[in-house]
This record gives sequence, structure tokens and C-alpha cells, in this order.
Amino acid sequence: MGKIGLIIAREYLSRVRKKSFILMTILGPILIVGFTVGAVVLGSADLGLKKVLVSDQSGFFNEKIKHDKSTSDFVYTDKIVGENEFKKSEYDILIQINQKVYENKTVVMLYKKQPDAAWTANLINNINVVLEQYLIKRNGKIAYEDYIKIKQGVNFKQLNANREDEKKEQKAMVGFIFALLIYMFIFLYGSQVMRGVIEEKTSRVIEVLVSSVTPFQLMMGKIVGIMLVGLTQFVLWVGLIFVLMLSAQNYVFTDMRAPANLPGMADGVTAQMTAATTDSELYNFIFHDLNYPVLISMFIFFFIGGYLLYGALFAAVGSAVDSEADTQQFMLPISFPLIFGFIISQMGLKNPDGQALAWASQIPLTSPVAMMVRVSTGSVPVWHVVISMLLLIGAFIFTTWLAAKIYRVGILMYGKKPTYRELWKWMRYKG
Amino acid sequence: MYILRAQHIYKHFGKYTALKDVSIDVKKGNIFGLLGPNGAGKTSLIRIINQITGPDEGTVLFEDQKLSPWHVAKIGYLPEERGLYKKMKVGEQAMYFARLKGMKKNEAMYELMSWFKKFEIEGWWNKKVEELSKGMAQKVQFITTVIHKPSLLILDEPFSGFDPINANLIKNEILELKKQGTTVIFSTHNMSSVEEMCDDIALINKSEVLLSGSVVDIKKKFAKNTFEVEFNGNMIAFANALWAGYELMEKHMIENNHHKCTVKLLNNNTVNNLLQTLIPAVEIRGLKEVVPTMNEIFIETVQGTAGNTKITSFTE
Repeated sequence: MGKIGLIIAREYLSRVRKKSFILMTILGPILIVGFTVGAVVLGSADLGLKKVLVSDQSGFFNEKIKHDKSTSDFVYTDKIVGENEFKKSEYDILIQINQKVYENKTVVMLYKKQPDAAWTANLINNINVVLEQYLIKRNGKIAYEDYIKIKQGVNFKQLNANREDEKKEQKAMVGFIFALLIYMFIFLYGSQVMRGVIEEKTSRVIEVLVSSVTPFQLMMGKIVGIMLVGLTQFVLWVGLIFVLMLSAQNYVFTDMRAPANLPGMADGVTAQMTAATTDSELYNFIFHDLNYPVLISMFIFFFIGGYLLYGALFAAVGSAVDSEADTQQFMLPISFPLIFGFIISQMGLKNPDGQALAWASQIPLTSPVAMMVRVSTGSVPVWHVVISMLLLIGAFIFTTWLAAKIYRVGILMYGKKPTYRELWKWMRYKG
Repeated sequence: MYILRAQHIYKHFGKYTALKDVSIDVKKGNIFGLLGPNGAGKTSLIRIINQITGPDEGTVLFEDQKLSPWHVAKIGYLPEERGLYKKMKVGEQAMYFARLKGMKKNEAMYELMSWFKKFEIEGWWNKKVEELSKGMAQKVQFITTVIHKPSLLILDEPFSGFDPINANLIKNEILELKKQGTTVIFSTHNMSSVEEMCDDIALINKSEVLLSGSVVDIKKKFAKNTFEVEFNGNMIAFANALWAGYELMEKHMIENNHHKCTVKLLNNNTVNNLLQTLIPAVEIRGLKEVVPTMNEIFIETVQGTAGNTKITSFTE
């Protein structure tokens, strides 16, 4: 292992072994998945057992309404139960079924606390099933299965003639999420580079180091080491989120994923119908419309390129100052183009083929963020991407060269915070 | 013969000249003192020798070869501005520095173990540096400087930050390393340690070398032909005996009839002449030459070029 390898290894290991890194890596996905699951669960159901009293005057419904025994407990009576009586009773829900229910088709539900919509919809469905079965039996001329076929409405599809544009916007949105990740990672890990350099300066370890390795090796070792930390975190997050989402789907979303599991006679039908709708929209978008190999490889390229471009600048800033408090004046010109690229990307979401985004995706300081949005739509010419990539490579070689010139002088300077004029002078110092 | 020769080195930072035609020759196996007030250019020169920066003009030869990156493994450097990674464990950190100097893993581990044993600090291996006191950290720092058995050791103010006991420990280690053939360049303002340890010196002031050579020769050069005489007898008789060819610089009575005086020889008079003159007058108890201290030489030389600036002492 060469010297630069030793430096990379130290920078990498000292960070991934930190408690804060391990905690962030584990907690991040748990929080993301936890919030998603929590939001869905809280929005969908209260999980307490509902006590339901069915006051059935028709005498037909006795024990026939299907229900999930884990969420509700049904008790039947042929007595008329009034509102006041119900209020005083132990029941949560009262269902009043009148004598002429076959004709007036009216059922009243009284509740103390409104049950969630899914539960109510399910109840209505199951009451209907009982009624329908009774009515068919009374007529006696048609099988229930045939009746269901007749009853099922036409599957009426509506399509936007400009749906490709709509899809493009959705794809751009996905690209924007990747762009947001790049933006965050550059700031997060770029400032780690800066802090690392400042730490070496304030602990006075720097001069010992540069007597063994060149300042350039030291700077590159640090930048690359921290980049690997970032990639490690990204890969672990993606992996963990994937695993957590899968298990959450199996344990928490069982009912939602397959409505067929819900009680009810028309199981097969509802399942078919739901499958038909999910199939066409989100499912297709996620599993067929997005080009993952391109998205992921572009993400990795533009993350590395953008990080190297900015990482060198962050290192130069760190070398020029003695403490983090002094970094602000130098941080502004570095943060500005990155934030600018982010804003352009956000505005470009509505119109991914616009001029502003096209330019921003070519200029190296903004391209790591902006190009992700364009690449995800799939409508960007290949040569645009190639030029953007080449410019980015050229630019990070340039900023690294420039930063190294400031770095090698800055790391050995203590005391007064330098001005831009002094930085310019440092760049022109020989050897 | 020479392990290091810096020849006609110039270094500029913008308009400021840090080194102007500086040349030093460091003999193999010697301890070489690099002296000078703050801001004289010592650190600039040391950084050039360590290849942290390059000279604008001039050449540095290491063992008669042009100084090159691979020489880093043969040089050990303890800078004045020194420190360790605070959050890193002592053992791991020492390993890291050893390996950056090009040592193999096993070799580095073996050497570290023997140094830790020698300094009786085996228990620190898994401690973080921030848990150590300043003096303890300095010991670790010293080990990381010498772990790769450098043939040239460059120490910039090595004793600052050490308590007297540890300073003595380090001093003995330096002398021990010298015995094993290591050459040491030693930058300091502490003149007493220069006198104790250095064979040769170079004195830099305002970017230029003012004085260089062996400590013995320099002292001879600065000797003022004065002698301290201790005697029993009458002070007046003593003074009268010295009426021509001598100058009585100082007189001091220890007790009745017992004096100590400083005498300067004039007109090519020798010590023998002095004795011949004095023996008839008083009973001589002792005589020795008054040699200037390095501190005096330092101040005299620096003030000679400093113009109006008065420098009183550089002892820290």
C-alpha cells in the first residue's frame, strides 16, 4: 500500500468506526421507513377492538355479516335498540336494520367514535353481499357468480394525450431526488473534508505529516477517504431501506397490498380490480419506466465528480483558516453555485427540457445537481451528457490543482485569517 | 563525511526574503546546532531540508546526492509546531506515522514495542491521545520521530513542553542515538543545551548565516585573552605587579587576604609571562582562562547586526 493508500485508509477507518457514523447509518433508514410506515398506519386505522351491536328487525342477517374477528366483535339481537339505550351501552357501534330492508335498502349505523373509512367501506360491502344473496335466492333465476359479472361496471380508462410529458415530469421528480442526495452529500462530506483539514492544523499534526508525505498526497488521501465514507453510507442506506421496506410491506401493509385478504364474498373481483388499477399507474412507473442502471451509474458518476470538484475547494478553505468560525467568508462563493444549481433544478422540474436547466447541466459547478434531473427523463441527447461529464472531469482536475496550491501554503500558516489577495499570492509561490 | 550540505539557498515569500545565500554543512555523526532569534529563517531552512517547501535557488545534497523524495525515510523531523491526532489511539497513531515513513507493518510493530518498553508506556497503546498529559504526548511524539531509525534527525526546539525529568530523558536518548551514528540537527534558543550537546553550529539572523563552525573553534575565536586568578596575598601588591602589559578587569575579595581577579593580557603577553609577574607578589591558588558562553557569543553576534535593537538574552 502506497502512502496515499495509508492516508485513505486512516481517513476512512477513523470515520466509519465512529459511533456517530454507525448510528446515522442505522438510524437514517429506520427513521425514513419508520416515518413512512407510521404515517400510513396512523392515517388508516385505529387498531382497537370494536364492539358492534346489530339490531336486526328483518330477522335475516343473523350472523351473516362477514367481519374480521380481530378488529370487531359482532353481537346480534332482534330487539329494537334506541339511540339513548345505545349511548348507555358498552357497544361502540350500533347497526339498525329495519324490517323492509330488501325494499328500502336503508341501514343506519350509529357510532360513538367514527370508525375508519376502510372498515366502514368493508362493512357496507358485506351488508350488500348478504342482501344480494338474499334477493337472488328469492328470484331464483340466476347464479350469484353470473350476477356479479353482470353487475361489474365497465373499466373506463381515461388517458391524457400529453401523458408522455406528465411521465417526464414524474421522471424528473425522481431525478430531482437523486440531485437532492448529491447536493446533500457534497455539503455533508465536503464540510467533513474542511473540518478534517482544520483539525490537522489546530492539533499541529500537519507539519509532522508533511515531512513524510507531500501536501498533495495528504489532501487527495483525505478527499478520497471521505468520499469512500460517503459512498459506504449511501450503499448501506439503500440496502437497509430496501430490506426494511420489504419487511414492512410483509408485516404492516399486508392488507393494503392485497385487498383480497379483506373479508367479503367478492374477493376475486376486488382483487382483480385493484390489480388492474395499480398495474397501470405507479407500478408500471416504478418498475418499467425508470432506467435504474442509467440512473444509478449517473448518480455515482456525478456524485464522485461533484464531490471531487467541491471537496478540493473545501480542503483549500480549511487550510486557509485556523478555526471553523473563520470559514464563513470563504464558504459563500463555494456554496453559492451549488445552491444555485439546486434552485435551477427545482425550477426545471416543470420543464426538464428548458434552457436554464440545459445550461446548468453543462457548467461543472452546477452540473452534478442539474444533470441528474435531465438524465432521469431519458430525453437528453447523449452528447450533452458526454460533454457535461468531460467538463466536470476537467473542472475537478483544475480545482484540485488550484486548491493544492493554496493548501500547501495554508496548512503551515497560523494566525491572521488571510484575505483573498493573500490567497492569490499563495497560489503563485514557487515549490 | 558530510551527511547534508545546503548550498547557497535562497527562499522568498512574495517580497519577503526568508533565506539569503544560506549554506550549512552537517558532518555525519555530529550534533549540529541551528541557532538564531525568532523569525531568523531557521524554520524555513528546516522545511526545505524536509522537502516541505523547495528553495528558490541553491541545492541541498543528502549523502552527496541531490535531495529527493525517497530521502524522507532517512530523515526524522520533530517540528516546533507539533501535535498528534487527539481522537486516535496511541499505538495506532504511532503505527500510522511509522508506515508513512515507509516501514513495513511487522518491522514497525517490533520497533514500537521496544520503544514503548524502554519508555515504560506499554499501557498507553490503546489510550486516545486526548487522555494523555502534554508531557506524555511529547514522549509518544518523540518515538514517532525516531521510530524509523533515521540517519538524520531534525529537532526543532525539542525540549519545549517537557518537564525537567522528561527533558533529561530525551536528552539522553539523543546522545544515545548519536552514539549509534545518528546525525542530529538541533534548532534552539536554549544556549546551555547547545554548549552541552552540539559539536558544530550555524547562527542565522535576518535570513543570513552570521557564524558557523565547531563550538570549540568559535569559542576560541571569541575568547578575549582574559584569565581569572585566585590568590592569597595583598590586593595592592597584586595590582602593582600588573602595572604594564596587563589590564585588571575585575577584582573580588572572597575573604581577608584571599582574592579572585580577572586579568586581560595585553601586548602579546602570554600566561607564562603573567605567572612570572605575579609569583613574586602573591601566592597563586588557581588560574583559568575566561571563555565566553554561547549565550554571550550569540548576543554579541546578533547585536552586531541588529543595529539599535538591544537583545539581552535568548535563554528561555
